[in-house]
Amino acid sequence: MNAPVSTASPADPTVEAAPGAPLTVRIRRDGGFQAFTVARRPAQTILDVVTEIQRAQDPTLAYRFACRVGMCGSCAMMVNGRPRWTCRTRVAAVAEDDGLTLEPLRNLPVVKDLAVDMAPFFEKWTAAHGAFEPGAAPPADFAAVAPDSPERRAVDAGIECINCGVCYAACDVVTWNPDYLGPAALNRAWTLVNDVRDRGQEGRLAAVSGDAGCQSCHTHMSCTEHCPKALAPTFAIAGLKRATARSALKRLGARHFRRPA
Amino acid sequence: MSAGTQTAPPRRGARGAARPRAGFAAALLHRLSGIALALFLPMHFIALGTVLQGADRLESFLGLTHNGFVRVAEWGLVSALALHLVLGLRVLAIEWFARRERTALVVSTCVAAGLAVGLLFLLGGA
Repeated sequence: MNAPVSTASPADPTVEAAPGAPLTVRIRRDGGFQAFTVARRPAQTILDVVTEIQRAQDPTLAYRFACRVGMCGSCAMMVNGRPRWTCRTRVAAVAEDDGLTLEPLRNLPVVKDLAVDMAPFFEKWTAAHGAFEPGAAPPADFAAVAPDSPERRAVDAGIECINCGVCYAACDVVTWNPDYLGPAALNRAWTLVNDVRDRGQEGRLAAVSGDAGCQSCHTHMSCTEHCPKALAPTFAIAGLKRATARSALKRLGARHFRRPA
Repeated sequence: MSAGTQTAPPRRGARGAARPRAGFAAALLHRLSGIALALFLPMHFIALGTVLQGADRLESFLGLTHNGFVRVAEWGLVSALALHLVLGLRVLAIEWFARRERTALVVSTCVAAGLAVGLLFLLGGA
């Protein structure tokens, strides 16, 4: 018999409500806001609150989550106007005047209630050549990468991204220019620019420059300040700016100062 | 448990309006001060150009600078130049040296430095 394992779910009465005023939670739905009242509980997260509302008050509330422990990157929402992982955000840390305002992630189309369509986010990942491109004979172009080489360190600094979309929602440039590739895709491109085994560098640098690319970054630092993994897409984008500028200068030099054969 | 009730949107709740942040303010000030400087440049060149037409023309043109409005504009210009310089240094520090910063503190300091230069200009008997 596979009886469900009993876990302390937010709606579980074994998690006693904590004393104090209940939370007023405003959730953006159908073009307006809907208010719910939820009891405070010890160590309660935003995700606990949303789950309690969905299980005990309104089963039609749509939202997305999977792992509940900050590994999958699917539960991000706007919490009081800031993009956050709801599973790793304690109510006590962010509630203002016993209230919470929850909205779907900014800069992405809404599917329903708090669930957004991540397709544009991942399309830009592809547009920025976010996949490793091996050469014609991968076993032959084996490269030894020293763990403490500058390139490897630059890769390490950005490789922990789990595609949660928090930086994308925090970015003002994406709001202004919906074609802008965004911090996550550019951060990914930067990790690959530093991968000495990759053979698609020229195409990648072309893909990340231009009006929708790294040069459009205004260095607001929003992505870097909001990243739940403490990554710094701003620095990755700055690296891409340098790399694209260097490559453009090289092309220019090759065109005008090439020695006659 | 009560079901949810429809409410009016909260004041700052418009979707797409994340809270204004220091980095955003810095970029805005940088852009506006840059535009102000760009608008000033043609005036500057016109003033220099009048030299070619003799000292009298230059003097009469510089007479405009005794106008109260122009004096205020000069103060604004000096402040804008200083602000644009320090905010530009901030961007260079972030992008070239990958400096993690306390944005609100750094931007406030930049704005204070820009305004301080403007005040020094006023104190200098402009």
